[in-house]
This record gives sequence, C-alpha cells and structure tokens, in this order.
Amino acid sequence: MKPDALQEFACRRIAEGKAEGEAIVSTDAICFYLVEPETGIVIEKNHVLYGQSVAGRILVMPSGKGSSVVQADGLYKLMKHGKAPKGMIVEFPDPVLVSSAIVMEIPTVMRLGREFFEKVRTGMHVSLDADGGRVAIR
Amino acid sequence: MDLTPLEKEMLAGRHGEGVQLAMKIQVGIGEAFDAVRMVPITRAHVALSAQDADLWFVEKLLAKGARCRISPTVNPSIDLAYLNQHLFEIPKGGVDIVSATNAAYRRIGATLTFDCTPYLQQNIPAFGEIVAFSESSATPYVNSVLGARSNRESSQSALCAAVTGRVAEYGLLLDENRRAEVLVDVAAKVETDFDYQLLGWCYPLKHKGLEIPVFSGIPRRPTPEGFMNFGAQLNTSGAVSMYHIAGITPEAPSLEAALGGKAPSHRVEITDRDLDQVRGQICGEPGKIDFAMFGCPHLTIRQVAEIAEILEGRRLKVDFWVLTSSLTRELAGRMGYLQTIQRAGGHIVADTCIDVPPCWQPYYGLTGVTDSPKCAYYNEIRKIKFIIRPLAECVEAAIRGEVAR
Repeated sequence: MKPDALQEFACRRIAEGKAEGEAIVSTDAICFYLVEPETGIVIEKNHVLYGQSVAGRILVMPSGKGSSVVQADGLYKLMKHGKAPKGMIVEFPDPVLVSSAIVMEIPTVMRLGREFFEKVRTGMHVSLDADGGRVAIR
Repeated sequence: MDLTPLEKEMLAGRHGEGVQLAMKIQVGIGEAFDAVRMVPITRAHVALSAQDADLWFVEKLLAKGARCRISPTVNPSIDLAYLNQHLFEIPKGGVDIVSATNAAYRRIGATLTFDCTPYLQQNIPAFGEIVAFSESSATPYVNSVLGARSNRESSQSALCAAVTGRVAEYGLLLDENRRAEVLVDVAAKVETDFDYQLLGWCYPLKHKGLEIPVFSGIPRRPTPEGFMNFGAQLNTSGAVSMYHIAGITPEAPSLEAALGGKAPSHRVEITDRDLDQVRGQICGEPGKIDFAMFGCPHLTIRQVAEIAEILEGRRLKVDFWVLTSSLTRELAGRMGYLQTIQRAGGHIVADTCIDVPPCWQPYYGLTGVTDSPKCAYYNEIRKIKFIIRPLAECVEAAIRGEVAR
C-alpha cells in the first residue's frame, strides 16, 4: 500500500456529525481547561502537545481528564473563540469527556482498534463520519 | 438501547424540546458505554460552578422548556452580599454571571443548597440507591462510604439526569463493576483527618489506572471528615470515583469480599515515606502568610467547633475565611462558634466556593494557609500560593501571621 493511500476504519459514534481536517495526535490525556481559549494552544506543562494548537483539527487522544466542571468549560471557551477541534477520536472514553463532546456538539468517535492508533500521525488528513461509523485517513 | 415507552416519548420530543435534548445526551452516553437500558434515579447533585459553560447549558435547557423531575442540590458559588461587605466590591461581570446562574437554577427546579457536601446534609442517599452525583468529593463519598450508586457525572450529565429522572445503566451502577481490582497495603500510619488528605493525594500518584482500589491496613473507621477529605483528594489528584476500605466501608466487609473473591490485578504499598514525600511535594515551606482559607470541601460543624475552641479569646493576625453551608453557619451561630470566630476577626461565609472567580481576587498573587490540597491545586491557576497544614496548625499560623517551623 502506498503511504498516501486512503485507509478506512470502522468506529462507534460518541457525538453525531461529520468532520474533516488535519490530524493532531496526542499520546497524553487532554484537559481542555489547560488549552488556551484564544489560540487553541495546549498550555499544560510537560504535556506532549505543549505549545501546539488543537484549533480546527481532528484531535486524536487516549482519553480526557479533569473534573466534572473543567472539561466542558474548557471546550466551551474554545468554541466561543472558534478554536475548538473540528472533531475528536478517543481511545478510552470517560463519562465526563463523552457528555462534554455531546453537549458541545463536536463530532466524536471511539472503538477504532489498535491498528488505527498505530497508523495515525499528526498532519495526516482525516475524514470522520460519526453517524456512518467510519474514519478515513491518508 | 432498549427504551421504555415513556423514554421513547421523551426522546421523540413529546415532553418538550428541553427534555428531548437531555434525553438525547443521556442516550448518547448510554450508547458510548454499551448500556442496555435506563434506570430511574431518586436523587441528583449538580456541580454548579457559575462559569461560562455552566450558565450557557442551564439556560439552553430552560429556553427549551426543561424542568427537573428530580430536584437536584447544587454546589456553592458566591455569597455576593457578604463578600461585598467584608472583602471587596465584586466586579460587575462576576455579579452578573453569579446572579444569572442562581436565577436559572432556581427556575429549572434545583434546590439552592449551594453546598458541596450534600452527602452529609440535605441529600443523603441510602445503600443501593441509584443517583446522579457530580462534584469530585461527592461521587466517591456516595459510592464508597454510603454504598449508593453513581457514575462520575459531569455537571451537565447530572443536570440532564435531574431533568429526565433517569440515567443510563452502566459502570458503577452494575454489581460487577464495583469490585476492587487494586489492593493497596497501607503500611503508613493513618490516624487524623489530615492523614487522609495525604493518603488521598498519594494513591493516584502510585497507581495511574482507573480500576477500583481497596485499602487494607486502616485500623479504625475514619471520621466523616476523614472520609470527606479522602474522596476529595483521591478524585482531584486522580479520577477515583469509588474505593473500598477493608472491614470498614459497606461493600467491603472483608478484603476478599471487596475483591469479589478474585486475586487483585495490581498491588500497591503506601508507607510513611510515601506520605512524607507527598508532604514534601505539596505542603510548602514555613513562612509568612497573608490569609487563611478553609472549606474545600465545606467544613462540618465539628471542624468549625475545633476552630472556635482554638480562637476563644484570641486575635487573628490575617484574613480568615471559613466556608461552609448555610445550615452549618446557622448552627455555628446557635452554638456560639460564629461569634467566637468573628470576635477573633475571622469570617464564616455560606454558599461560597474557593474556586469561583472572581470572588477571591484580592488574594491573587498572595500566600495563604489551608488544610486542603484540593484548595491549593485549583488556585494555582490564579497564582495564589497555599501552604498546607493540619487544621489546628493553620489556625495557630493565622494567629501568628506565619506558619512556624
């Protein structure tokens, strides 16, 4: 298979919708309270995405972290500034992240399997269809 | 999911758009966690925060006509009148968001307790009761100490549950997910309420996984305050929504029972050295302080009594804030504790949180003393530095204006 060939993966919907964009891949859990609302840049010290922006990208992450209040408030502030991720792909969803994604209406999916997380890289083009249960990368 | 006729009607919008939105969110959560059905709840607690997303969401539900079927208790925000009189003039932006949040929660049908310890007063679930509790100290307390059943709800999902009167059945609502998998041997000496702050902060640093822990080697039943501290720190330093203490908590009559008769998948040992290390990392060096703050979570009447006993006939050198529920403040007045603390120059303020900006703005950039690691952690973002000590030591420090060596 050529490196730029389209690869498709089945997935499960967390929050409905479709999204397309450039992937940004985190190997650390994300707390949206520690992402700067005006820029979408991760400001949490020692985070693998420190200094990088999630704005307008498809955020691929292992899980969310943070208390019941901060996750939704962080995402909300990013959306107000137009700096939220376009879509999210989560490996280990927790109740707080799931409810925040649904409430904020950000297309979000899960259950892609290990192979997806091994192949996906920051900068790849991702199209995500939560309703159709399908993610494509190239 | 297999929905009842009533739940299908809710989802189809036959009970209004607000109920429909709440139901849609809850079905989404249920599907994500493979829930088969929904189950009724009897209680809810919403971690009101008077921050942007909180107000936006409750107003969105209200605009679509939602009202709570189960009236939830709510977290504290700010007693605007008291702080205006005794601390500083709260900026208009802060007054507006707090007032609008309070009004919205009243209209949607919440019970305005403004207290983060509903499990000690006003909203106490019984063993086996299915509830939707958000708030970091509340979820572990109701699951672990009371044996009620709640998932780690967000403020928004708990409010949706209050509106529909039900939750998706998954996670900690099911017997098989309440069993401990991590065995924690507590070799450290754990006796005082403050020791539970350190133990609670320490465990998630030693084990990162989200499996339920059982703590073994705790000799005596912790006080309600010890349990309260323990859960608050476990769920701030980590994301622990349930734990067992062998021989003490209701679903752990023995270590074997807590583990469900199976071998633990992980073993962790916590020694005096581990707790000393945590103390060294988070408690801070002795030194001058500008103020003292207590009540994360809200102090109980026993803790208020302990403070008053130390302050009897003495004078405080720095600003001194005790945060508690309106009921506890009332009781403190009846017992004379309020007057003792006020004569010493301190305050008891009800309905107020350490973490609702902008109410503590005069202290930004300064140094305080507190007994709560959670209080210190959430205020890092506002550049308030806290030295952490046991409650009685904090009070002595506030009398001297300095934390002693």
